[in-house]
Amino acid sequence: MIAFKLAYKNLIGAGLRTLLIVFVLSLAYVLIIYMNGIYQGWDRQARIETIAWEVAEGQYWQSEYDPYDAMTLTDAHAPVPAALEASASEGKAVPILITQATIYPEGRMMGAMLKGIDTRQKILSIPTNILDPDSEEITAIVGTRLAKSAGLEIGDYLLVRWRDVHGTFDASDVKIAGIFKTAVPAVDQGQVWIPLTTLQKLTGMPGEASLVVVDKSPGEGVTISGWDFKGHDFLFKALEEMIKTKTVGGSVFYLIILALALLAIFDTQVLSIFRRQREIGTYIAMGMTRKQVVGIFTVEGGMHAILAVMLGALYGFPLLLWTTKTGIKMPEGTDDFGMAAAEHMYPYYSLALIIGTIVLVMIATTIVSYMPSRKISKMNPNDAIRGKII
Amino acid sequence: MTQYRYIIQITAFMLLFSSALWAQPSGTEILDKIDANMSSDTRYVKSKMVIHGPRSSRTVESESWSEGVSAFTEYLAPAREKGTKMLKLEDKLWIFSPSTDRTIQISGHMLRQSVMGSDLSYEDMMDDKKLSDVYNAVVVESEIIGETDCWIVEMTATTEDVAYQMRKLWVDKSRYIPLKEELYAKSGKLLKKTELSNMTKHGSRWYPGKISFKDMLKKGAGTEFIVDEIIFDVEIPEHILSKASLR
Repeated sequence: MIAFKLAYKNLIGAGLRTLLIVFVLSLAYVLIIYMNGIYQGWDRQARIETIAWEVAEGQYWQSEYDPYDAMTLTDAHAPVPAALEASASEGKAVPILITQATIYPEGRMMGAMLKGIDTRQKILSIPTNILDPDSEEITAIVGTRLAKSAGLEIGDYLLVRWRDVHGTFDASDVKIAGIFKTAVPAVDQGQVWIPLTTLQKLTGMPGEASLVVVDKSPGEGVTISGWDFKGHDFLFKALEEMIKTKTVGGSVFYLIILALALLAIFDTQVLSIFRRQREIGTYIAMGMTRKQVVGIFTVEGGMHAILAVMLGALYGFPLLLWTTKTGIKMPEGTDDFGMAAAEHMYPYYSLALIIGTIVLVMIATTIVSYMPSRKISKMNPNDAIRGKII
Repeated sequence: MTQYRYIIQITAFMLLFSSALWAQPSGTEILDKIDANMSSDTRYVKSKMVIHGPRSSRTVESESWSEGVSAFTEYLAPAREKGTKMLKLEDKLWIFSPSTDRTIQISGHMLRQSVMGSDLSYEDMMDDKKLSDVYNAVVVESEIIGETDCWIVEMTATTEDVAYQMRKLWVDKSRYIPLKEELYAKSGKLLKKTELSNMTKHGSRWYPGKISFKDMLKKGAGTEFIVDEIIFDVEIPEHILSKASLR
């Protein structure tokens, strides 16, 4: 306890120097929490949006289907298994058939994916109810990104060319029945959604699908021959890796601030030990062990971190709270690389993040405070009192 | 007397009509004659491909050797494409790019990509099925293109695994060379149009000096293929039609 009292008095006595160090350290706290909060918020938001728009509780992929290898798409279709067909009719599964296509907006040629989806589905947020499978003309819905890049509006006709199951070219105008807005580029960029039965008829693949989205993950050991279940662990792997990469990249900024603060603490400790040799000698002469004296100096250094928590909370708490309410506007084109990103990103500051950051900075501060203090253990008290040691 | 004259006239007309019908070759015969005229066991072609883009045009020069279903092409100009080599063996296609010093195999969806930004896809270039094997050809009518009297041959696919369900061919009645071709989708939409012109005689054969390709769904002036030099039944060294030629 005495160590804490002494440390507090010494720090307050140092005045402006302590304030500067504590301020920089508090900046490190706030920045670490803020930056990680953004990535956690992004991750959380991307997961929520992707579940709502694309993956639900998981997907059954036809064994040939690989979204990262367009070459597999030609063969990635098979009749929907009876079990999944039954789930689909109960509204618990959504079969999707995918085929490559070329679209010609205003005579420009663009690659696209023509996707057939059950218009009655309610699992995904895609507004498939707009589609009319019984209409004589082919109705389609597209996302705002494709609509913007292809210059499409509701009621426009888009020329689409595709191949049937045998590879024969077919082409037709499709009517844009609706344009939806989503944060998930995977269901928007280059995707043209039409009724499942229509695409099955056009491609000569009746009753077939490339993947089936389900609203409930199957239990362990439940398998469907020819179809592989992909759960959230698998489907979000790319997202997790991308967030991890961005987190590492973003950490450089706050690590510099943290390093500056730690360097200042280290320097202060070195200077403090040099200037307070007589005090150290007196402590030892009065019966304190060297360990206790090292403890006093380490606590003094470490106390910067405690004061920084208080200062950081003073301005950081309202600031971070404000960002969770208003969100942060994402720059244009953030979602161009395929990751779900809404217009506004709402940071998410978990308790684990806040406590973890405080503990991390405190440990780092204590270590840099302890390192120069080790010299004390080698001091001769007589020399120390006379100020002759270092 | 008038009645007899009328009967004679009718009979003469029917005789003339039937002889005209007899003179009209069947669609398959026309296709066979086209094949005999235009195809050869081996061939060397030096050509230019003029690709008309939305803002500008560019010319790609190349020379190629072909034998049956195998072909090798080396690009000579422009500097950016110079040294690019393309080898097709059976149903496989490889491209060597000197800038990356890599050979890649073009397969799957990549075959549907445009060749050097032209209106031709790799798949179009690889389509070497004999027309009479996969299409049922019927002569539907005659039409004069420019000053040339042509048969219009309508071809409907007899197998399911063809790229185009229907094709229409305008064939010169006297020289049995196609002057125009239209390729249709299953829905009947016109997809591509090809026009052949500048017919030149090479020995006993007629061959077009210029072929214009146009993707009808896309805006633009299409792509022109200009034959600078062509030699039929040329002897091709064995190494040319092998993967060794890609380096």
